[in-house]
Formats: sequence, C-alpha cells, structure tokens
Amino acid sequence: MNNVFVVADNITSPVGNTAAENFGQLVKGNSGVKQHHDGAKSASPFYASLFAADQFIANDIYTKFEQLLIASVTDALKNCDINAADPKTVLIVSTTKGNISMLETAGDDPDLKERIALHTSAKLLAENFGFVNQPLIVSHACISGLVAMITGLRLLQTGQYENAVVVGADVITRFVLSGFQSFQAISSAPCKPFDATRDGINLGEGAATVILSANPKYANHIKLVGGSISNDANHISGPSKTGEELFFAIDAALKSAGIKPEEIDFISAHGTATAYNDEMEAKAINLAGMQQIPINSLKGYYGHTLGASGLIEAIIAINSLEQNTIIPTKGFHELGVTQPINVAAQLIETPLTSCLKTASGFGGCNAAIVLTK
Amino acid sequence: MQLYYIDNTRYWLSALSLLLLASNKAFYNKTNLADNLHITSYSTINNNTVYSNGDAVFENSGVDTGAFLLAAYQFLEIKYPKFYKMDGLSKLGLLASEVLLKDHSVGEQYRENEVGIVLTNANASLDADIKYFEGAKTVASPALFVYTLPNIVIGEISIKNKFKGENAFFVFEQFDAAFVHRYVSYLLNNNILQACICGWVDLLQDDYKAVLYLVEKNEHKTSIPFTADNMNNIYLFNKI
Repeated sequence: MNNVFVVADNITSPVGNTAAENFGQLVKGNSGVKQHHDGAKSASPFYASLFAADQFIANDIYTKFEQLLIASVTDALKNCDINAADPKTVLIVSTTKGNISMLETAGDDPDLKERIALHTSAKLLAENFGFVNQPLIVSHACISGLVAMITGLRLLQTGQYENAVVVGADVITRFVLSGFQSFQAISSAPCKPFDATRDGINLGEGAATVILSANPKYANHIKLVGGSISNDANHISGPSKTGEELFFAIDAALKSAGIKPEEIDFISAHGTATAYNDEMEAKAINLAGMQQIPINSLKGYYGHTLGASGLIEAIIAINSLEQNTIIPTKGFHELGVTQPINVAAQLIETPLTSCLKTASGFGGCNAAIVLTK
Repeated sequence: MQLYYIDNTRYWLSALSLLLLASNKAFYNKTNLADNLHITSYSTINNNTVYSNGDAVFENSGVDTGAFLLAAYQFLEIKYPKFYKMDGLSKLGLLASEVLLKDHSVGEQYRENEVGIVLTNANASLDADIKYFEGAKTVASPALFVYTLPNIVIGEISIKNKFKGENAFFVFEQFDAAFVHRYVSYLLNNNILQACICGWVDLLQDDYKAVLYLVEKNEHKTSIPFTADNMNNIYLFNKI
C-alpha cells in the first residue's frame, strides 16, 4: 500500500490563524479559553475558547461554520502545490453539528432542511475551491476528525485518490452548550485534564485542515502511518469502564503502522477533563503498556472543539514532531486517575520521531492514529 | 509460404493473446479480494413496511412513523426495553439490524472486535436535533441531547449485539453504494473486520428509509456477491 504524507496544515482558532501561529502560542502557554458572559448562549457565565463576535460573521452565501472551513482550507492550500481541481484530489469534511445554529436563526425557513444539511455545506465548500470529486462528510461525534483522517489515509493507501484535503470545524452555539450543561459536563473554571481536581470540559470553536498525499515527492514530510476505530458497545453517553476498547483501537493502529508501543515518543490524548473520560484513557494506556510515555491533552488551550478536535490536536502533534517539542498539559497539576500515566506538565524539548493520537466520543466510539517522521 | 508464415504467426499471436486474457481473468478473480465478499442478508424499512431479503414481512399502513416503528418492534418480538428511550433514527436502525441478523448470529461466529458497522444518511441527526431544540426552550434534556449525533444509532446496535469493531458514519446527499462498497471492502480485505453491517439509515419526521446489508468474508447458501450494483439494486428495487 502507498505511503501517505502530510503535505500542509492549518489551524484556524481563537489561538491563531495558522498552524505555526497556534503552535507558537501553545509553546508560550497561551490559551483561547476564557470566561464569557453571553446571554444568547447561556444564562450563566461559562468558560470556552470562542472567536470574537466580529470574526467569521455569516453572510448571504456562507454561514460561520462554512467560513471557518473556507478560511482553514484556503491557508492550507496556499502552503503547498496540491491542486483542489485535480481529479486525483478528494475533499473530506468533518463536523459534529455543522450549521445547527440555523435552528435558532432560520427555524421558520421552509428550505431549512436542505440548507442545514451537511452535504449542502460540503457542496458549497467544494464549489468554492473547484474540487471536482463528490466531497465526503464524516459526522461521528468527537472522533470525527480522526475518522476523516483515517478515511483519507485508506483512500490514498489504496490509490483511489492521490491527495486528500481533510478539513473539520465546529461552532459553539446555545444548542451545543445547553446540551453539555444538561449533562453537568461543563467545568465552572478552565478545564484540568487528568488532574485530581478536574470537574468537566470547556467547549471551543475552531477549524483545521490537513492535506495528505501519496505522491512520493513529499517523502521528507511527516507520515500518517496507521489508524483504527473501535466501539465500546457499553453506553451511548459514558465511556467504557475498562478502557479495553480504546486499547483495541490503539493496538490495531500501531499494528497497522508496523510500530511497537515502546517506539512511540509521545501520546496526544483526548483528555477532555471529565472524571470518566480521563480515567478510561488512563486504563487504555496501561493496557497498551504505554504508561511511561509522555502524554498530553490540549483541551486546556482549545477547549473541546468537537468535530475539529481530532484534526487540531493531530496538527499540533505533527508540529511537535517537526519541532521536537512536546506541549505541556495546561491545567494539569496532580495526577487524578487511578492508573499511572506520564502526563507532560512542562514543555519537553527532545528528539521525537513518532506519535500516537487518540480520541473518544459519544456513542462509545474510539479512534487512534499514528504519525511518524 | 511467406503468406502462410504470416498467417500462422497471426494465428499464434491471437491464440496467445486469448490465453493471456484468460489467465489474466483468472488472476484477476483470484487477487481481487472484493470478489470474495458476500452479502449474507439485507433488510429494508420504508413506506410502513419491513422487508427481509426482499420479502415484505410486516406492514402497518396509515400510522405515523413513531407508531409504525413501535408496531414493528412488537411484531419482531425483540424484547429490548432500551428501544423505548431511543430516538427515531436509532429505532429505525436497530429494527433494520434485527431483521438483518435474525438468522445470522454473527456475534457468536466472530470475536467482538471482528464485527463492525458503517452507516450513511442525508439528514444526519436533524430529527433528534429539532426535538432537542424544541424541548430545550423550556428545559434542556440530556436524554434527548445524546441522540443529536448520527453515530448514536451505531452505538445502539453495537450495545445490543456487543459489536466492538470498526465503525463510521458518513453523510451523503444520496446513497453512494460505490463508496460504501469500497470502504467496507477495505475493512474486510485487510482483515480489520470479518463481518460488517453497512448501508443507509435516514429519518426526518415522516420521511424515513433504512436499507442495511450484512457483509461477510464467509459464504452462506443464500449469499449474493457483495458489489455496488447489487447494493444499488437492493436499495432501489429491494432485489438484485
């Protein structure tokens, strides 16, 4: 099967508008999470990483969600020679809630069903850049971004396409915030992944793009070498009690990459900072025998960006490999999971060659990918 | 003589090319693993009717979607109380999967992470989104919010059957048999899965349609070849 390389990337977030800008801010310890008083989203103040009110305003053609997708893909394409209109190039879009805010703003519109549909957004995006193939859309809860990357990997490995532009975005609306609030899942302070005092998530907005290619001329780029997806078959809104199924995904991703657990230099975890998620992840990491390997969560910088999170965090991992720098877990002070794991609390500068990135989500889904130099 | 020689050469060349073609065909059949995948069973739920392998097994016309799904649940004697708290999309998908698996206990044949689910639809979870949104105007319900993701139907089928393998949810304007065929073939041909439930599960208010296929590497007496054409014919005409 073909090797698959990461040709270009972008992160468009409250932290910055390019991948380099985002990585630079994280190295400095800067976060997009802050307290918001916004009655339109929530009656009570809440912590989240949100764009300023004057950024990505919906116009007659594109919603905020679609403008985020466009901004992210535009920057990623600018940084490489991949042609969107090439018949060998496919567009893959990842999101959980897309244009859901239209229920609030356009609820009476008879065309709502069509306009709110994810395939409408994908079509607008494809037309904007001149993609000729039908775009693919992944909507698979909080692992969407990694499922989109794994889909791109498989299509390129088998020669179905040569290049894949994989983009994800989500916007934080009253709909999403009220839902997580109803689950009592939102922290009343900046989130603390894996910490003893963690008490829930912060939400975040953002978009991210990775451009993948099987063209050997990019052989000196970071490689996406493996990926796997599993299901807990346990509960639709709570993670596995054993972590066994996330371990299945980690194990299968490593095997598909031909890499042993001990060859991984760092792990980019999901680390939402809920009691149950972080505990489950710690168990899975121990089942994989990877508890000594430095592990981080980036939710303290971005909040949980839902369908964009897998992509944003994978791109930071890619930049970490390139810069030989592991980003510390913002908000973490004292280990608060029952199994030992090596949470990166400080910036680590050390030679890095390979990374495991994981994610888990509602519906009991888990995903893992492996990136190498 | 010269003429004969030429004709002779031409004869041998054409014979050789025929032979090459034949051996190529054999080679192709041997190596194209997609040819060795099979649709074990298929099910459709549409227009207030439940079909199993093309045959109508239950019909209840003149009632709304909710009442129809409940009547189908009772008819199929599934006895799974979690059904009642599910949203419409999950009910539809679960019922279609029950019909599909009725005579095929894949959960017993394979290890739990060898069975997976790949589903697609057009309206994602919009039906559940609207219900949650309307309810949240007074009080936001976590029981409704959890269904505002299309992959929850995969989670429900996985929980019911203890399927822990690969799963993915894709959104398409229309059913794309070619994509689903390619994606599922990759999973089976690379030994990521031994069996996969795949297809289309879409529900928005009173418009709904589920067409599911059970795809296996193992062949059964009633198996039909797993091809995009067969998937399309089943999707459109309920037969191959």
